[in-house]
Amino acid sequence: MTTRDRPLSPHLQIYRWQWTMLLSILHRMTGVGLAGGTLLLIWWLVAAAAGPEAYGHVQGFVAHWFGRLVMLGFTWAFFYHLANGIRHLIWDTGRGFELKTGYVGAWIVALFSIALTILAWLIAYGINGG
Amino acid sequence: MSHRTPLGRARGLGSAHEGTAHWWAQRVTAVALVPLSLWFVVGLLGLIDAEHAAAKAWIAHPINAALLVALLVAVLHHAQLGLQVVIEDYVHGEGAKIAGIMVAKFAAILLGLAGVFAVLKISFGG
Repeated sequence: MTTRDRPLSPHLQIYRWQWTMLLSILHRMTGVGLAGGTLLLIWWLVAAAAGPEAYGHVQGFVAHWFGRLVMLGFTWAFFYHLANGIRHLIWDTGRGFELKTGYVGAWIVALFSIALTILAWLIAYGINGG
Repeated sequence: MSHRTPLGRARGLGSAHEGTAHWWAQRVTAVALVPLSLWFVVGLLGLIDAEHAAAKAWIAHPINAALLVALLVAVLHHAQLGLQVVIEDYVHGEGAKIAGIMVAKFAAILLGLAGVFAVLKISFGG
């Protein structure tokens, strides 16, 4: 008896790619990224406790173009995971499962995360003057 | 008709013997992190220009120190719960899966201890 020709349930290679699928996997990816970002948070706190020299290393990293790029990535990942996390909490209450609500929520999360990232960096550059 | 004992029904534990503890802890820490993380990001924006002494003074303020410790506990607990789910979903070898989950949990505990110790050292004038 062969089992090869049995029908398969739909899976990732068969589904038509959809906008909401991208948001779903991005929630995981930003979550893993932000978990890595806690290393930077702990480095900052430990350096502050260790003294001015150690703290200078953190400041040097953040001032470097690569450090800025990393911080820009964390800023967007944070606002994205925050907004989409709130979307998940709303789903946990049993609301928002209609198709249209799903798409509207996806757009709100995408636009919110980009807008707040830009706002945070405008404030940051406004504070230190460039 | 249910074949479960009244005690089994009351405890709400399925065959995994774990119930909803993991799911619930992830939600509780998520709700806590909404205000805590927003407060921290606003605080960081105010510290962009800060020299070492100013950053230490901000961390040492009793309200900031308490909220930082709360943030550290919530964020690292939330992170290791999330990493555990990701590892369980994508790592299929039993040994590698258990090792990965342990690394995530040990790392979260060590990072949390280091962070909390740093905040307390600064707060108590170290």
